[in-house]
Order: sequence, then structure tokens, then C-alpha cells
Amino acid sequence: MPEYEAIIGLETHIQLNTRTKIFCSCKADSWNDPPNTNICPVCSGLPGVLPVLNDTVVEKAALLAAAMKASIEPVSYFDRKNYFYPDLPKGYQISQYDMPLALGGYLDLPMPDGYTRRIDIHKLHIEEDAGKTKNENGQRLIDFNRCGVPLVEMVTGPDLRSADEAAQYLLRLRQLLRWLDISEADMEKGHLRADANVSIRPKGADHLNPKTEIKNVNSIVALRDAVQAEIDRQIQQVESGGKIEAWTLDWDDNAGVLRKMRSKETEADYRYFREPDLLPVRIDDTWREAILAQLPELPLERRARFMREYELPEYDADILTGERTLSDYFEQAVQAYGGDPKRVSNWVMNDVLRLINDRNVPAEKLRITPEYLGEIIKLVDSGRINTSTGKSLVEKVEDTNQSPDEIVTAEGLGVVSDDAALRGIISEVIEANPEQVSTYQGGKTTIIGWFVGQVMKKSRGKADPQLTRSILEELLSK
Amino acid sequence: MDLCDLPAIDISRLIHLGEISALEVLESALERVSAVDGRPGTLDPGDKESGDNEKVHAFIHLTADRARAQAEQIDQKLAAGEDLGPLAGVPFTVKDIFCVQGTPSTAGSRILANFIAPYTATSVARMEAAGGVLLGKVNLDEFTYGSSNESSAFKPTPRNPWDPEKVPGGSSGGSTAAVAAGQGALSLGTDTAGSVRQPAAFCGVVGLKPTYGRVSRYGLIAFGSSLDCPGPVARNVTDAALMLKTIAGADKSDGTAASLPVPDYVNGLRESIDGMRIGLSPDYFRITYFDETTGELDEQPISAEIESAILSTAGFLAQMGADIVEDIPMPHTKYGVPAYFVISRVEAASNLHRYDGVKYGYRTPERVDYLPELYRKTRAEGFGPQPKLRILMGMYVSAAQYSEQYYNRALRVRTLIRRDFEQVFDPQGPYRLNALLTPTTPTTAFPMGEVYGDSVLMQYADQLTVPANHAGVPGLSIPVGFDTQGLPIGAQLLGPDFSELTLLQIGRAYERASDGEDWRQRRPTVVAQGK
Repeated sequence: MPEYEAIIGLETHIQLNTRTKIFCSCKADSWNDPPNTNICPVCSGLPGVLPVLNDTVVEKAALLAAAMKASIEPVSYFDRKNYFYPDLPKGYQISQYDMPLALGGYLDLPMPDGYTRRIDIHKLHIEEDAGKTKNENGQRLIDFNRCGVPLVEMVTGPDLRSADEAAQYLLRLRQLLRWLDISEADMEKGHLRADANVSIRPKGADHLNPKTEIKNVNSIVALRDAVQAEIDRQIQQVESGGKIEAWTLDWDDNAGVLRKMRSKETEADYRYFREPDLLPVRIDDTWREAILAQLPELPLERRARFMREYELPEYDADILTGERTLSDYFEQAVQAYGGDPKRVSNWVMNDVLRLINDRNVPAEKLRITPEYLGEIIKLVDSGRINTSTGKSLVEKVEDTNQSPDEIVTAEGLGVVSDDAALRGIISEVIEANPEQVSTYQGGKTTIIGWFVGQVMKKSRGKADPQLTRSILEELLSK
Repeated sequence: MDLCDLPAIDISRLIHLGEISALEVLESALERVSAVDGRPGTLDPGDKESGDNEKVHAFIHLTADRARAQAEQIDQKLAAGEDLGPLAGVPFTVKDIFCVQGTPSTAGSRILANFIAPYTATSVARMEAAGGVLLGKVNLDEFTYGSSNESSAFKPTPRNPWDPEKVPGGSSGGSTAAVAAGQGALSLGTDTAGSVRQPAAFCGVVGLKPTYGRVSRYGLIAFGSSLDCPGPVARNVTDAALMLKTIAGADKSDGTAASLPVPDYVNGLRESIDGMRIGLSPDYFRITYFDETTGELDEQPISAEIESAILSTAGFLAQMGADIVEDIPMPHTKYGVPAYFVISRVEAASNLHRYDGVKYGYRTPERVDYLPELYRKTRAEGFGPQPKLRILMGMYVSAAQYSEQYYNRALRVRTLIRRDFEQVFDPQGPYRLNALLTPTTPTTAFPMGEVYGDSVLMQYADQLTVPANHAGVPGLSIPVGFDTQGLPIGAQLLGPDFSELTLLQIGRAYERASDGEDWRQRRPTVVAQGK
């Protein structure tokens, strides 16, 4: 059996997070709203209405284009894509066809096992979404809320070579969209939708075989599973002498299987023509510069810089740049602390991230600011508090909004390194636990850890662990 | 002369002065409607009734109650000393291709017969805000597809007030017939290939197609979106200027509406036309068409009576100080109709997609289990022959395998037509024209039933008007006399982008120069007989 490679391209639809729709002033996000409540004459296709372009849509899409290294075209056009469907109220979708907002572009995709795959972007344009159709009790119910919600359609070249690469691309895309604050990019809510085109060929070949299209995947895991299942199916089919036909497949996530939706023999003719109701989109130098001024350092660039500049391991850099606000937090904490960035990384990844996840607070809204975190680490470094006090301080600052220093002073959390005071506590512990003392003295000296724990407990974590251990050794050996 | 025969500008002035009331004017207009209009168009007119052929039948839907409420409000405002607006108490009609909140907005089609618009078109809203009193919605060719008004699904269709055996023209035939017969001083029409100017010429009134984008299209049920222009219909140039001033200007609901400031078209009429260069082009004194059997371009001169009326118009303008420049080449005029056939139908077919029986309008009463069957039956039953022809043609010429050959080629022709205009209006060019003077139509109003059914022949009624729609430039049709049958003749003035004021000045200058002519005293047959 020859070795096969998969050829995968992804067609993504990205719902932009604008406040209003692309061509009218209805609220764009209808999540959890009752059907047909965010609609007006324009987005429900009444006779006589006209679309008016929401500039923010252009700006957000252009920002994505810039992040994908695509060229933002000075002039682009809207076109009508004509077809009949009940949830398409005008009978055509306003989209862009031959002169879209941006051309070219790519993403260099770092894979976990170390190599990088360049994914070319074939197409990037803006368009309006259609409504939703639901079949219920033999009736077709139409919800126009989603009509006119702004979308970016972005299509990759056939550049992905495995189900993992396809999943990784979506992960990176989702990260980027949130980073740029242009989409919520939630696949479960349909803010990010992906259809996969899959074909296989013997490894090393350079032709393209007939492909199938997988639709209806609504998570990154589902996409990976669906693509893998389709690769396996195609290999099996070819190995058993069969042919691959250009099917459209539907992924059933519950059953974990692909189902054939339809054969795709002929391409539909959408009779594209220029949308006469909208002027060309002209992005002059002033507007372009204003848009590009919003373009931040991108997640993969920042990730590389963290590894280079702060000498962080790839693992740390990846987690810290998972979200833009977290990476900003980290950098501010590094500055506030002034010492080893890896030490800050450990604190952020363990303690701050836990707080963010447990309390569902974004990094920029934490009351334990990067400056406070730097202060805590410095307190630990100086020996004024021990590590476990430091860790509990992270939560205390978040709870009280007081500075670490104030809390340490107010609660007397400073390390007890006063010999006499410690000896008092340790003597009490020894007296109260004669059984353990004899165990120790019987030769099982590892039980000293248990004694340290007891002392810590009694001192409410303030005992200097080093000193405690040496006093314990001294007293128990008597 | 009744109150309803007064020009809009006089009605407004007299109401402002308190000399007449808005309600009096309205009642006069309503009396005129009941005297001349006969029964309104309906989907199910039954047998022909006696007298149908002598009436105008401009209306589909009279909004008398709404109008009375508006007129009373004007009178109350006057009593309270409030601002009345420049169209105070002026009764006007609206071509039923515009949405007006709470009124049936039918487009003259069965498929929209039950559609009550939930919003009001920008231009209508502006007229009402200026104090205009909406008399009702008037008939038109179905979805504006025609030049005679005979294709409306609402019958009886309008007749020409000067001779009810003749068509009023179209597609704004209800508008021009109503204004000619004194059923409102103004009407809001639309012009996609000549649909304001051609019926204005046939009915002896003033019709203006503004520059594309000068007037918002919001609320205008679309035909050819890149060609459609709302435009005023009035009995004189000053009223057309007054109405244009009211409806023109940027609109946040229409991104293609121009944001250029709106000139004072009315006060601007005082300016002289001395020294203006007005051109005559031989390309506008003939019609060219493709021979049915050979496919070769053939040509015919326009009627001699029309030609001499236009030359006489040029003479009056010369008296007023204009320079008449002859032999202006407009070589691509002859391709206007074929290119229009393609472009307008591609846009029309797409614009008609939304009428699918799903959301509003007509839906087949038959039970269907298969979705495409709902579309097929609904559209087969709801659309008349003209929309169907346009859908067939539009779908054909925009199909992937034909669009280069037809649609894209037509767009290139359109560019050439635009270039004809740019060259003759170029202030640095060889011709430096302020305007072109042409006949509006190749013939005067033709008999009812004579041309209808031949959509190619019908289209040639637009040959002299459609180039302005391709180019986007403004065109004004003014009455300049009558032929020997007693039918009105219209002259057309065409100018560069946003030159409406110039065209109106020329039109007004002609009115002043020809004021003493006997034909100016004529009144439409239906009005004279209705007395």
C-alpha cells in the first residue's frame, strides 16, 4: 500500500463582532434573542429598500487582511450572488466576487512537533449572512435575525496536509480573530464556521484528485475528527479499487460519522453582477493608515519574541500568548518585577491563570494587577514571605483590592524567622505528638516533613521552612 | 379655472397668505378626480363599463381620508402661526412604485397587490414634510416595465387626458395623466429609460429625470437599480423646480444618493440664459432599429411635426439669448436601446427575486409540498407578461456562459454613451454645450392597444430618452406645442451631471418666450368635457 498524503483546504466564514449589521442599523448579535426581533425593512428584503455600508465592517475585515499579510485593495466592489432560498429574503446575497477587499495573504502555521507550514489565502471578502431555516412539525420556520450580519469569507489554498494541521489552522485563526477583537470566533455559536475540502494522493505526487466537501462542523475537535474520518475513508476507497466522487458530506458530531448530503455534479450559476445599490469600497491612504494603526503585534510574532527576548520555553510562550490581554499582563508584570521573566511566567501560568479561569475574569480586569504580582514575587524573593504565602496573597489581593504589602502588614503574614518564637511553636508540636516523635526516633526520619507541615499549620504558614526544619532536627534528636 | 388647476407654487403662496385653505384646495382636487378619473384600476375590473373609455383612470388607490387629515393639519398650523413648508397644501400623487406607510404599494402588479408598506419612501416623506397633501397612488406599467401604461395588472389602465383613445405613455402614465387633468398639481414619478419624460411629453406636462443620485431611491421599488431615478411631474417648470428642491439631497438610507448641496432651483430660475450654448444633434432626429429579418441597423426620421416643433423651440431659445449649435455628434445614441435591453433586464430579474411568496405579497393559494413549486406557482400566477419577459431575458444574458457576450458588452456600450455626453459638455472641449435640445419622443401619443404586445417596438419609444439614464445625466421634458391631431409634443433638454438648474432655467426661458402662443391656452379634453 502506497503512502498517502491528504490535501485539505478550509473555507471559513467569520462573523465580525460589529454592533450593527452590515447594511442596516439592526443589532448584529442575536444570540438567544427570539426569532425575527432584530430585523427591519432593509435586512428582511422589503420592496424598495437599499443597503448602506457599515464602515466598521470594512475596517475589521481590512485589519484581518493586514494580519494575514494580504494586500488591501484601494478599490473593491460588491456583487450580487443570485439564488432562491426562503431565508435569503432578497433572493440574492450581497457579496464580493471578482474584485474583493483583499488579495493574497498567508499564515505561517507553527506545528507542535516543530515544523512550520505556510498556508496561502486564496480569497478574502466581505458579505452579508443569510437567515436561518428550521423544520418543525412539517413546517418551515424562517428567522431573519441573522440576515445582514457581517461576515468575512476567507478561503485557504489546498495547503494543509493532515487533520491536525487543519485543526491547528483553526486554532490559530480563532486566536488571531480574538486578538484583533474582530470576532468572538466561537464555533459553537457559528461565529467561526469552517467547511473542509479533502482529497488524497500518493505521497510525492503533485496532481490534485477529486475532493469532497465536509460541512456542518461546529468545533475544532469535530473538524479534526471529520477530516481524519474522511481521509481514512478515501484511502480505504482507493485501496479497494474505488473512486472518489465529488460529494458534499455532513458531519454528525453525535454519531461521529460523515453522511453524504448530495453529489456535486454541476456548479450552480449565481449570475454574479455588480451590486448597483452600493458604491465601490474605496480605501484611500488616510483610511488605510487609520486602520493599520489599529494593527497590534500579532500572536505568533509575540510568541516568537517572548522566546527570543525573555528566553521562555516554547510551551510558556504559547500559553502566555494564548490571549492578547494575558500576554500584555505578562509583559507588564515582567517590567514591574524587573527580575527573571521565567519566574514571572511561572507565577502567571500557575497562579494568575488559575484565578482567571476560576473566576472568569479577563486578565485586564484583574484587581491583582501586573504591578501587584511583581511586588508579591519580590516579597517572596526577599524572604519576607514564603512561597505559599505569596500564592495565597494572589487571591487575597484579588479579593480585597489591597496592595500585597498592606495585606502582609495587616495580617502579620511576614515569615516567622525569630528563633525563640519558632522554638516555642515547635516544642508545642513535639509535646502534642509523642507517637510521631518515637517513630522519628525509631529511625523513620522522613516523617520530619509531617512535623514541618504541623508547624506551618500552627504558624498559619508564616514559619520559615528552612529554619523550622533545622530546629526540628535539633530538638527531635535530643 | 378651479383651485386644483393652480400651479403648486401659487397654491402654497395663497395658503400661506390665508387667502385659500388647504381643505378647499383638496376638495377641489377631489372633485376633479370624481369628475374625470372614472373608476380606479383594480385586479378584477369585470366587463368594460360605459364611459370607461372617456375617463383618465389615473388612480389605483385614492387616499382621501389621509389627505383630509393632512389638509386640516395645514390649516390648523396656519391658524397657530406655525411654519407650513414650501409645499403647504399642495395636492400631489405618487406613482404606485413608491412605498408609503399604511398604503397598498402595488407596483401595478398582482404579486404586490396586497402589500401594505410599513415604511415611507424618502422622497414621499420629504414632500409630506414640506406640507404636501397626498391624494393617492397612481397607476403605472407593471413594475414600471413599459411605455404605455397598458401592462398594469390594475385595469382600466390610464388614458391620455388630451385624447382618451390614446395612451398616456409610461411608465409614469398615471402621474402625467393625473397632473395634466388637474388631479393634483404634482406627481412623483420614476424614470429608468424615459418613464417620466416620455409620458410627460405625451400628456403635455413637465417631467424631470434628475441626475442619478440627486434624489434618493429609498422606498422606490427597484427596476434597474443603476438607472432608476425618482423625478417630478408638474404642469410648469417652476413647479418642477419647487418639487425637485424638496426631494433632492443626501439620504442616510441611500448610499448612492449624492451628498452635493441642493441649489435653490426656484430662485435660480430668474437667471437669464443669455450666452448659453444649446446643441442640436442629428442623432436625436431619427430613430435607428435592427431590421427584424436582416438584423442590420435601419433608420427612420422622426415625425416632421415633432422636428419642426423642436426647431421652433430652438428659435424661441435663441430669442432669449441662447446660442444654438447644430450638428452635434452623439454617435452612440443608436445603441442605447439594445444596451438597455440587456442591463436593465439583468438588474430587473435580480430585483424581482424577492417576490417569492414567502414573506409578503401574493402566494399561490394551491397547496404545495415542494419548495421550488411554491416559487414557480406564485411567480407564474403573480407576475404579468412584462416581468416574466424581463426575467427570462435577464437570466439569459447574465448566465455565466453569456454574460461576457451580452452583459459585459452592454456595460462597455454604456461607457461609450456616457463619453458622448462628456465630450459635448466638456467646458474645454470643441462643443462646450450647456445643454442639448432634442425631441423627447419620436412620435406623439399612440392609440391604446396599437403597440402593446410588441415589446421591442414599445422599447423604441424610449430611444431618445434612454441615453440619459445610461449616462446618469439629467433630462427635462417640456411641452412645446401640439401636432395636427391635437396631441402634445415634448422637447427634451439634456445636460451634464447635476445641471438640473441650467435645464430648468432654459425650460423657464422657453415658457416666458412662448407665453403668448395660442396653444398655451388649450385644456385637456377630459377637463373641458368634465365641466
